[in-house]
Amino acid sequence: MAAYRCYYPAVLLILCSFSVFVVADTEDATLINGQDVTALNSPQTASKTAAQTAEQPAVEERQWEATASAAAADDQDRTPDTPAPGAEVQPVVPPVLPEPKDSFQEELVFRPLHSGDIYASFQFRTLWETDFMRGNKVSHYRLFPKSLGQVISKFSVRELHISFTQGYWRTMQWGQPFLPSPPGAELWVWFQDSVTDVDGTWKELTNVLSGIFCASLNFIDSTNTVEPSASFKPLGIGNETDPRFLRYATLPREIVCTENLTPWKKLLPCGSKAGLAVLLKSEKLFHSSFHSQTVHIRPVCQDWQCKTTSWELRQTLNVVFDLHTSGQSKREWSLFKMFSRTLTEACPLASSSKIYIDITDNPQGEQFELTPATTLLSQAVVLGDRRTFSVYDLTQQATFGNTRSLNLLIRWKSSEGDMLRPLLHAERYVAGYGLQTGEIHTLMYNNHPYRSFPVLLLDSVPWYLRLYIHTLTVTSKGKDNNPSFIHYQPSKDRVRPHLLEMLVQLPPNSVTEVTVQFERALLKWTEYTPDPNHGFYVGSSVISSLVPSIVAMDTNSTRERPLFSSFFPCKEESSYFVRVYTEPLLVNLPTPDFSMPYNVICLTCTVVAVGYGSLYNLLTRSFQIEEPSPGLAKRIANVIRKMRGVPPL
Amino acid sequence: MATTEVERRRGQLAALSIAAVVIIVGVPLWWRTTETYRAWLPVSQIQELSKLQLHLSADVEVVFARGTVTPEQQKKVPLTQTQDEEHIVDEDTALRYRYETRYRTATIMEEDALNQPTAAEADLSLHTLSESPCGSLVVYVIPESSTLLLEDTDVYVGQRRTALLRIGAQMRVGRTLEQLLAHLEPRIQQVLHVMSFSHTDITAALSDRVRLSPGNKESIADSMRAFKSSPGYEITFSLLNPDPKSHRLYWDIEGAVQTYIQPLLTKLSPVANFSIDSQTLHYAMLGVNPRFDSSRNAYTLIADSLAHVINPVEARLGSNAASSNPVLNFLLYVPDAHHSPLYIHDHKKQEVPSNAFHSPRWGGIMVYNVDGFYGPEAVFPVDININMAKVMGVFLAQLRLLLGVQSSTPPPGFVVAPCGSTGLADWELDRLMWSRSVENVATATTTITSLAQLLDQIGNIVINDNIAEQVSSALTSLQLAVAELEAGNLGFALQYSKEAILASERAFFDPSLLHLLYFPDDQKFAIYIPLFLPMCVPILLSLLKIVSEARQKRREKQAKKD
Repeated sequence: MAAYRCYYPAVLLILCSFSVFVVADTEDATLINGQDVTALNSPQTASKTAAQTAEQPAVEERQWEATASAAAADDQDRTPDTPAPGAEVQPVVPPVLPEPKDSFQEELVFRPLHSGDIYASFQFRTLWETDFMRGNKVSHYRLFPKSLGQVISKFSVRELHISFTQGYWRTMQWGQPFLPSPPGAELWVWFQDSVTDVDGTWKELTNVLSGIFCASLNFIDSTNTVEPSASFKPLGIGNETDPRFLRYATLPREIVCTENLTPWKKLLPCGSKAGLAVLLKSEKLFHSSFHSQTVHIRPVCQDWQCKTTSWELRQTLNVVFDLHTSGQSKREWSLFKMFSRTLTEACPLASSSKIYIDITDNPQGEQFELTPATTLLSQAVVLGDRRTFSVYDLTQQATFGNTRSLNLLIRWKSSEGDMLRPLLHAERYVAGYGLQTGEIHTLMYNNHPYRSFPVLLLDSVPWYLRLYIHTLTVTSKGKDNNPSFIHYQPSKDRVRPHLLEMLVQLPPNSVTEVTVQFERALLKWTEYTPDPNHGFYVGSSVISSLVPSIVAMDTNSTRERPLFSSFFPCKEESSYFVRVYTEPLLVNLPTPDFSMPYNVICLTCTVVAVGYGSLYNLLTRSFQIEEPSPGLAKRIANVIRKMRGVPPL
Repeated sequence: MATTEVERRRGQLAALSIAAVVIIVGVPLWWRTTETYRAWLPVSQIQELSKLQLHLSADVEVVFARGTVTPEQQKKVPLTQTQDEEHIVDEDTALRYRYETRYRTATIMEEDALNQPTAAEADLSLHTLSESPCGSLVVYVIPESSTLLLEDTDVYVGQRRTALLRIGAQMRVGRTLEQLLAHLEPRIQQVLHVMSFSHTDITAALSDRVRLSPGNKESIADSMRAFKSSPGYEITFSLLNPDPKSHRLYWDIEGAVQTYIQPLLTKLSPVANFSIDSQTLHYAMLGVNPRFDSSRNAYTLIADSLAHVINPVEARLGSNAASSNPVLNFLLYVPDAHHSPLYIHDHKKQEVPSNAFHSPRWGGIMVYNVDGFYGPEAVFPVDININMAKVMGVFLAQLRLLLGVQSSTPPPGFVVAPCGSTGLADWELDRLMWSRSVENVATATTTITSLAQLLDQIGNIVINDNIAEQVSSALTSLQLAVAELEAGNLGFALQYSKEAILASERAFFDPSLLHLLYFPDDQKFAIYIPLFLPMCVPILLSLLKIVSEARQKRREKQAKKD
């Protein structure tokens, strides 16, 4: 038994070291499993990686044969007896070509910001007069990318909107963007009403899209997908607004980088070989304060009466270059400085290719100087404001001048001037202390001096923050502000998130505060992310509103307008549509010590072993009466007696 | 000392009973609670699959036209003969071919049909008389004097499943029927090898199962060219325009697909599902810089460099987002104005007349020079309408090759009818279906057996019921397919073999098989040890002690006896 007591600590020691290995190894294993599952879910990515890995040996392995004899023989014996309509008629010079049913436009807008940064927005639009809706298979693509076309027709998509954003748009410093997007990835899709299993289709669609865009969109599942009832109306034609066919999801954690930009550029007809897209160099684009790239597909009207419809693919890329990261004190911007490229030609496939520079704040050239100067000016109503732009038309050879390259230069003269505060603005934060409860505060600012207007607030909160909806308060100017419409869908643990939508009237020149308390749930230990102490992201709130406009808006959606001013359809002249995203939240959840299960195993085993050991000892040991050992004095006496040679006591 | 002895005995008994409880209750409890669920698999049937014996049988009808047999001989027909051929491919795989030949004389209607002026017309009217089932053949024996065939041809292979065979000159009337049949037999064999399955095709189809002895380079290239059998294929036509500034290209791909490709695919629909799409890629460059050949005033691509042409293009082609079937790529490359004209040269430095090449199991590329359509002083961009008849002729030929439609050269004296608008004769389809069914059966058997092996080797894998279901449905389909092949019902055999392959692949690639795959035993024991070691060591020690005491006692007893 003594032996057993001795080895026990040693065993414990071995155990601890073992458990360390076990933790490490199991984490490995789950990761591997995860990858495999995603690979299986999206055959796209799997085949892609397989193709990439197989590519190298394939070069040597493949056998290349000219189809000489076969094809030649084939020509001889086939061409005569096949009824070839075009065979006899040799192509004449010049041939009469049918009018292409698709067109492409590209555009680049610069807006010098008051903070001294510069905002560049690329807009690419492909219009295709075809019909994905009416069951007939669309399979022949020209300018429209085949991969997206296949996605639309396979999954019966009516509208698709994706954005990938790195950084947060600072509305108070930069004003409204042409096209807002939340940090991370955002995806919202309207399906056609012929789709029966919307959830299954949505799951498959996200897997395919994650393969196309090299993004982790496959992490979109039912726990972060919502069906907003009012905030996301279709932007194209069609009056079906049943939210059953809408899915909306955000991934605020998604990191956007080069691997997302490359597939995005591939969707452009000219790739990055010609036109404005040559400026899209990733090392410059990602060295910026804000980067956002989007893809929007929707059906639009071709003409005013909407007799013919067509599909619009709109790709936009918005980037804000920081004045201070360039490390130069001189305030001077040029195309070459921003993109390390200059422009030499328009994309030959584009029907229009233009650069706009916002010079509204600079009518007499007192703020900045623009070289080369252009006499072409254009006015457009953007975000409820009439703006003036200098226009450079790249399809005209004169634009490029003698050097055959266009390098726009903006040189600041003074840094004065202030920006009109944006009329609508919002922010959000988490309050409270400790790891049990907390409170989400959403602040919405109406900066209009005398008009109040309604806004739609959409909040999608993951299930592990348990909202106490009875604590929901909406106050503006110190008074309760009762929302006229509230749509709340409670969460289900591990199944679906909270969805809170409400329509709030914002009084003029006020701050409206929405607060709601929550409790933090304890997750299962496999549900934590690899870095749980970093915190958990909660996606941005979305605030959609029709903001009163200062100037009359143009309600004709088919009139020729710059692309950046024509994205959101405008229904009435007196107001314009704005969507504002708040910051995403980063919430700490109570995080356990992850070696705990093994500690628990060791501890319980020790307890069991101690209890069991003593019981076993009691049961198996034989008990006998032992002579009490002699006292210390007696023993000493005995030693002395032994030395003296006397018999002991 | 009696009491201590009793105590000792009690202790020993306690130790023994604890050991007994641990062994009788503890160990089975542990075993049951940590067991992984493994559904029952038909292992014995799967093991039977490792020995594959395929019977292929084809019905052949030999019809004697008037003037080929005498009235006495006529009385002896109809008669039936069967021929069997056995081949051992390797120790596990054996093949047996059976041709059931029925001899009969032609009916009056058939006689009328055979009196048509040309062979093609006769072929057509014979087809309208009776449609022979998939996989079977009809050979019409016509007299030597018949004018259906040209002077130097003996056999005419029709567009359907019929062949016309001219009887030899030495077989004049008067010989016995046996002699006649003996004369006909080798020639009918020849016809069969052209029109029905041949041993080389079938062994090539078995390549998934059987490692073939390396033959000559030509045959390896042949066997590697065609795509593997799959339930569906995606065909993508891509127009590569590297220079949109100079050339504005237009191709009527929609019309061309309808006219040239669709008939072939409709014909092939029993073999696989096909979907077609097309795209135009601008600024897509080839991976090789063509060399300027001043003697011809043209740019050339040498055969050796073709291997490097595709890779940069492939990145632009994109994989199919909507399905995971294999993709057949057909690229039409229009060289840019500065590198025109561009010609492909073969290994003998000769220009390839079609200016096209194909890559096995990948697709085909054709170079289409457009510099002839405009003069030297043309204003760019030039509008060009591509001649689709020329392009599709080449792509159709490549498509046939890549799909495995064999176009072996017929033996001398044979005339093969040009395939009509469908691009594929019925017997060619049959040949394809034979080899595809055999290939499917071979692939499905290897998949199922390797799955069974894997599951047998790794005990951690959970086998769910759905996997067991898939496996057994694959097995039933396989058995049905083999049975149908033996019965000669080619259509059903292919259908069942496709089902077998689908079910077996689904079982093999089921994600649930991965769950506990990476859970090695050493980790399991790391978790068990803290409980097991402190429990088992005292039990073992006391058991050892008991044993040693018992032994000592026996020794003492023996010592006493002595």
